[in-house]
Amino acid sequence: MHAEEKMTYETWPAEPEKSTLEAKNKFLGFWLFLGGETVLFATLFATYLALKDKVPNTSQPLAKDLFELPLTFVATMLLLTSSITSVYAMYHMKNFAFKKMMLWLGLTVLLGLGFLGLEVYEFSHYVHEGHKFTSSAFGSAFYSLVGFHGGHVAFGLCWILTLMIRNSKRGLSLYNAPKFYVASLYWHFIDVVWVFIFTVVYLMGMVG
Amino acid sequence: MSTIAQKKGFGATVWDFLTTVDHKKIAILYLIAGGFFFLVGGLEAVFIRIQLAVPNNDFVSAGAFNEIITMHGTTMIFLAAMPLIFAFMNAVMPLQIGARDVAFPFVNALGFWLFFFGGIFLNLSWFLGGAPDAGWTSYASLALHSKGHGIDFYVLGLQISGIGTLIGGINFLVTIINMRAPGMTYMRMPLFTWTTFVASALILFAFPPLTVGLTLMMFDRLFGANFFDVTMGGNTVIWEHLFWIFGHPEVYILILPAFGIFSEIFSIFSRKRLFGYSSMVFATVLIGFLGFMVWAHHMFTTGLGPVANAIFAVATMAIGVPTGIKIFNWLFTMWGGSVKFTVPMYYAFGFIPSFVMGGVTGVMVATAAADYQYHDTYFVVAHFHYVIVGGVVLGILAGVHLWWPKMFGTMLSETLGKVTFWFFFIGFHLTFFIQHFLGLWGMPRRVFTYLPGQGFDTANMVSSIGAAFMSIGVLVMLYNIIMTSVKNVKVGNDPWEDGRTLEWSIPSPPPFYNFKQLPLVRGLDAYWIEKMDGKKGMTPAEPLGDIHMPNGSFIPFMIALGLFIAAFGAMYHVDKEAWALPVLIIGLLVTFGSMFVRSIKDDHGFHIHKEELQDEKGAKA
Repeated sequence: MHAEEKMTYETWPAEPEKSTLEAKNKFLGFWLFLGGETVLFATLFATYLALKDKVPNTSQPLAKDLFELPLTFVATMLLLTSSITSVYAMYHMKNFAFKKMMLWLGLTVLLGLGFLGLEVYEFSHYVHEGHKFTSSAFGSAFYSLVGFHGGHVAFGLCWILTLMIRNSKRGLSLYNAPKFYVASLYWHFIDVVWVFIFTVVYLMGMVG
Repeated sequence: MSTIAQKKGFGATVWDFLTTVDHKKIAILYLIAGGFFFLVGGLEAVFIRIQLAVPNNDFVSAGAFNEIITMHGTTMIFLAAMPLIFAFMNAVMPLQIGARDVAFPFVNALGFWLFFFGGIFLNLSWFLGGAPDAGWTSYASLALHSKGHGIDFYVLGLQISGIGTLIGGINFLVTIINMRAPGMTYMRMPLFTWTTFVASALILFAFPPLTVGLTLMMFDRLFGANFFDVTMGGNTVIWEHLFWIFGHPEVYILILPAFGIFSEIFSIFSRKRLFGYSSMVFATVLIGFLGFMVWAHHMFTTGLGPVANAIFAVATMAIGVPTGIKIFNWLFTMWGGSVKFTVPMYYAFGFIPSFVMGGVTGVMVATAAADYQYHDTYFVVAHFHYVIVGGVVLGILAGVHLWWPKMFGTMLSETLGKVTFWFFFIGFHLTFFIQHFLGLWGMPRRVFTYLPGQGFDTANMVSSIGAAFMSIGVLVMLYNIIMTSVKNVKVGNDPWEDGRTLEWSIPSPPPFYNFKQLPLVRGLDAYWIEKMDGKKGMTPAEPLGDIHMPNGSFIPFMIALGLFIAAFGAMYHVDKEAWALPVLIIGLLVTFGSMFVRSIKDDHGFHIHKEELQDEKGAKA
């Protein structure tokens, strides 16, 4: 099968994300890249755990003084839901339903934007309480870990939006199907990382 | 292809290399750039040995000496050894598995340009206020208090070139997994391909910790963070961990491909199948795995406690087992073989005793209790030069001679090659053997001078004379390369006459599509099997058809250039320079703009049509 071929619902393969050599390479290469990203975040988690609550003086807030579960719970729900919507988008991609895929991707982007908005609000709230990037090792580690994740979310949003705009007029092909698929993989990965951040940073921050 | 390149003007050739995505041309770029940085790092080594040749020397100042040793280590590891290894991986691995290119040719080019601009950025520090001076390990407690921008050059330069290495590793992994020719099962892959595979996996998991470590250091130095500042709650040992979690696998990233090169050489020039192929593969994988469990043996004196030290000491010694398996397999490969003493074989012969000596001192320094005596002395310097020079550099020099005809279509002079070998080999042992004793006698490493009458004088002079020998060896090799290129006597597919693997079944240098028809692989040492069956070449696995090839692109250069520009902005932003922020923004715009262009512009590549392939002569697959 060639990437440039004009496809129809009937000729659309079962696994369009792996139907050409280029697509197979992209699929595998991206999984490997996510392996590297996992190590990257593991390193940031380790750094955070080593520096958690390490502040120069007692006037500075610690994890248990800062975090509030309702806010992060809403943020978590937004991001988890966006993962489901991207699954629906890929379901429609596999069924050659371009418009439905775009609709679900659009929902994904909106939910992601909502999450980012909450994160910005959260960060500014902490800064007002004296928890800054430069105020302590704890602050540096917190904003690096959560900020790296936020940066990934922002990059993912730009990526998905670029793909949507670029392909809005021409529909699905074996050339762009792997691109959509890989972007959705990235989105799931970001979501998984957030589950760990929610557990390690927020839940464990609240109890101890 | 080279005849076509000669007919083009000089400018067209340069443009061709700036935009190439062909793995063979990228290999040449890596070889040239890595070779250049090898000379720079070598020059720094010569300065070190001149300074230390006699006591109380003032050839360089103490501050300059710190910069020189830092840059010597950093340049040799990141900018010389890595890219030279990458040159061979690029030049040979796709040919060995019967592929037409790597999985991501565009990413391959991007990886090279990132490495190149990172390296240039790091070395510009010499001209812009001083090089980094906290040692190649750049421990945070030193690095945070280093004046000027030296450390910033280190952090940003290595960050840029590190990204290049990481994507290169992913690229090789996917290439090997997805693009092997029909019949090329994993257990039929040549050992150099296997070691490329394992080294790439190590790159994938070892470079992210370095990325994070460098980022944290950058945050601390440039953006006011406090990761390593103890007064603000930070912890300087975190850097040590992150650096060595990367740094130790890095050693295996370098040595495994060198092992691969030697495995090919022993087999080719003993004219015998590699002894214990399966155990070689197993040992390679095991070394790669264990390589991640030993990083704290660099930190025995940090104070992690006896339990941690004991665990890491045992894990370290365990690596001696698979390495020993390899050594014996190489010896048994020669045993009963019909050995031909070519220049690559000289290096392979020299490698075994040299590397074993490095391994023996390795077990000595792995003994945690004894390490307190060796730590930070010249004994350690001697040890790691025995494994890096005696292993990696000898491997690279052997690889240069072995694959030069495949990369450039002409043979390096055997006579000059042997002259190089003897100068380099004798010089190497002269320089570093005595340093074991200097260390045991109590000479600390990283000192810029020493007083007379402590028993260090003669030994240091001997060591410096050895460095002169090595320099002569390298100069002879440069002469060899120039003379060979001028004469340019063309050679055929299999210039060593005993080639065993697929790269020797196609012309030297190969056509840009490598294989006109993908070859059918019938076993280990695929080309050798066909030769033994009396055939002239490989049996094709497919009918002659159109070949899909990627387009060249200038975008990789631009993406890397943007980061190079942005790094200056990030660095001088701290000095409150008015131009720094705009430069940072412009650089990032160039990078992300280029990525954006790449992502919205379709690039389907092109096809070479069957008819054109039929017309071409001499390019038999």
